[in-house]
Amino acid sequence: MWASFICWWTQDQAEQFFRSGHTNNWAVLVCTSRFWFNYRHVANTLSVYRSVKRLGIPDSHIVLMLADDMACNPRNPKPATVFSHKNMELNVYGDDVEVDYRSYEVTVENFLRVLTGRIPPSTPRSKRLLSDDRSNILIYMTGHGGNGFLKFQDSEEITNIELADAFEQMWQKRRYNELLFIIDTCQGASMYERFYSPNIMALASSQVGEDSLSHQPDPAIGVHLMDRYTFYVLEFLEEINPDSQTNMNDLFQVCPKSLCVSTPGHRTDLFQRDPKNVLITDFFGSVRKVEITTETISLQRDSGIMESSHEEGQRDEELMEPLKYAEQLPVAQIIHQKPKLKDWHPPGGFILGLWALIIMVFFKTYGIKHMKFIF
Amino acid sequence: MAAAGAAATDLEVVRGKRAALFFAAVAIVLGLPLWWKTTETYRASLPYSEISELNALQLRLRVPVTVVFTRESVPLDDQEKLPFTVVREREIPLKYKMKIKCRFQKAYRRAFDHEEEALSSGNVQEAEAMLTVPQEQAEGSLTMYVISERSSLLPQDTMSYIGPKRTAVVRGIMHREAFNIIGRRIIQVAQAMSLTEDVLAAALADHLPEDKWSSDKRRPLKSSLGYEITFSLLNPDPKSHSVHWDIEGAVRQYVQPFLNALSAAGNFSVDSQILYYAMLGVNPRFDPTSSSYYLDTHSLPHVINPVESRLGSSAASLYPVLNFLLYVPELAHSPLYIQDKDGAPVATNAFHSPRWGGIMVYNVDSKAYNASELPVRVEVDMVRVMEVFLAQLRLLFGIAQPQVPPKCLLSGPKSEGLMTWELDRLLWARSVENLATATTTLTSLAQLLGKISNIVIKDDVASEVYSAVAAVQKAAEELASGHLASAFVASQEAVMSSERAFFDPSLLHLLYFPDDQKFAIYIPLFLPMAVPILLSLVKIFLETRKSWKNLEKTD
Repeated sequence: MWASFICWWTQDQAEQFFRSGHTNNWAVLVCTSRFWFNYRHVANTLSVYRSVKRLGIPDSHIVLMLADDMACNPRNPKPATVFSHKNMELNVYGDDVEVDYRSYEVTVENFLRVLTGRIPPSTPRSKRLLSDDRSNILIYMTGHGGNGFLKFQDSEEITNIELADAFEQMWQKRRYNELLFIIDTCQGASMYERFYSPNIMALASSQVGEDSLSHQPDPAIGVHLMDRYTFYVLEFLEEINPDSQTNMNDLFQVCPKSLCVSTPGHRTDLFQRDPKNVLITDFFGSVRKVEITTETISLQRDSGIMESSHEEGQRDEELMEPLKYAEQLPVAQIIHQKPKLKDWHPPGGFILGLWALIIMVFFKTYGIKHMKFIF
Repeated sequence: MAAAGAAATDLEVVRGKRAALFFAAVAIVLGLPLWWKTTETYRASLPYSEISELNALQLRLRVPVTVVFTRESVPLDDQEKLPFTVVREREIPLKYKMKIKCRFQKAYRRAFDHEEEALSSGNVQEAEAMLTVPQEQAEGSLTMYVISERSSLLPQDTMSYIGPKRTAVVRGIMHREAFNIIGRRIIQVAQAMSLTEDVLAAALADHLPEDKWSSDKRRPLKSSLGYEITFSLLNPDPKSHSVHWDIEGAVRQYVQPFLNALSAAGNFSVDSQILYYAMLGVNPRFDPTSSSYYLDTHSLPHVINPVESRLGSSAASLYPVLNFLLYVPELAHSPLYIQDKDGAPVATNAFHSPRWGGIMVYNVDSKAYNASELPVRVEVDMVRVMEVFLAQLRLLFGIAQPQVPPKCLLSGPKSEGLMTWELDRLLWARSVENLATATTTLTSLAQLLGKISNIVIKDDVASEVYSAVAAVQKAAEELASGHLASAFVASQEAVMSSERAFFDPSLLHLLYFPDDQKFAIYIPLFLPMAVPILLSLVKIFLETRKSWKNLEKTD
């Protein structure tokens, strides 16, 4: 009896200790490149988007920023698809992608506005990051980067100082409980060097001075489909389901140098919990805390009103006609109608001018005496 | 000729030196300050000192209590001393930077004749009906009636009774220290009806350091200006069940009175929808012993996410949304019960998730399948459903059961489901929470401005900050004088102004201006101009020093 009591007590303690204290999850997924030869960055971001949705984060809690010029690109041999694996096994574009910032809206300013919340009041709800102090946020960025900066759409860049300041502004306003920052670019580790706000864990695909390499080209599509680091991260995430107890230490081991050629790095000194206690689903999935409702309040049943409304409801239903579609397009009419006679219009200015010119030239050449033979 | 030429070149040299000196003087005296002034980030003045004072603000929460003594409640000589006022102040021990003091101001007086008559009636409910105060009592204030020790108004061993509107009844005592003893009892009852440490701890849960992972503290919704409540009926199997629910009537009759009672706490809007073919994300398991299906506690957290994307809750408004779902299980999985940790089916068949909403499973009565063919018409019993939903709504708002003192009788709830003093407790908690949030926002804005030098503060943002600071101070004053309603309104204004100031889009004005890039911009402009000036200054200085040395030598 004592043993079972102690077992229950320690299990409860362990459960509480593992818990991270968050009540909702958000994800901000950013692909910072455009143009056809950066296909792999879009495929990276969309694959992470699929995993995150599969593990439970709803679209309303995902802010997806993509240039979105791959699926309908004239150079795409398979239109309306974005593949993440050669031999076209997995179409990550699908039917239900909800891109919040597309094409030229993916700018450094919009990204920083989303993070800090300083958005103009007319922005729709799907474009906002409405996180609170109990939100765990996953931020994934991919594209071309350098030592201390990340290139946005070939025209501007974001520096690691700006990113660190943006996270500090988020922290000051308590817009996150814990933050996981993953970056897959060349020299990615330089982007997390300057963070100074608490509760941030960062992963990068390569160290300063190293390049992140792409995984495999597809001969039919003609470009590289994925980056190595994200490819192996996705393989890892395929084995995670919403119940998994896998922790962050396993994610740090993903893609060793032998597979990735670059050395992935991570930073956990700003994070308060030990990474081995942090579940993957704390960031990638959205498991809610639920409680059983044990109490009710007692309401007085007011039968008079209920019955009369019930009768009204029944009467309403009987009176309602069956619904039918309105006549939208009279197809039968269109198919069988005769071609309409067009109304006659007098010739326009151009035709008149042309004929006047021809007649003038004729009479100039051959003389006015021929007039009587014509008219 | 040569001498004149030499004199001319000397003059030229002197003029050249003077010109160089004037260039340098203009550049340094006029140019540098002008450049500095025109390139600094515009910051309208902010009341930094007042903002830092807000951190050390002392909140005094005054609860005015009127204590009415009937004739036989206390000894005669004590009765002679009435009326007088006693103040009891206590500091709430919370690890928060703002000190909070709770002040119960008890005004003792004798009972009027109609009150004596009412309090000598048979039972408490009659007495309350007769005691209706002519005008509504102000929010936050309480009235307590002290009856005699042997009075039969309350059941035999009940010492006190808490009524649905801000009144309570306490038994008196015939004792030398009557006032002290009764005073303690009154404080206990008054605390249960207004402020206790756990109410304030729950309100400030986000600002206190985390030492306990208590689920109570993380359940309530954060304070906001308005809320959106959505009732959804999920029918995954329309081929078998044709479900009808009179949601409009139920909202009108049960939900709207509750929300009207809560209207001081924010604007509420209610909508409803019916979703067909919406499944739960989890497959229920079959229990052969009761031949029913069940969902156990571990699978409950995974139920919400697949459904949430179809609810359309994000399109409605910018206010926080509370979703209440009624799920009618499909024929293949009927009846469906929710099991708690011990494996027993839950009586309400419902569960809720903090800051999101609640789900209830409504099982169709098996008798309905006998006679008719599919689809079976199902009329949802809205009373049963609303009882659960309103209970969940209360929990989600943080209206918890109070800590009643021992031997205290709590009256049944009013028809609206909310007692008036529960609203007061909510308003106290919300006011304190709003003040904490506004203070944190203002302080973090001030800290940010110190840390990051690129943030622009325009005039309208500065005026919002000033009005936020003024609103916080006003709210603190109103709390100290016991006007709960105006304090709550002022605290909401403080939160709104401070959030508007912090999240103004113009604060992000200067991007791309890190310090190392400033050098890259200014060097091509200033270097070509500065190098000749500096070099000439150096040359002038060296020549002057040489000429002094020559002068000394000749001397």
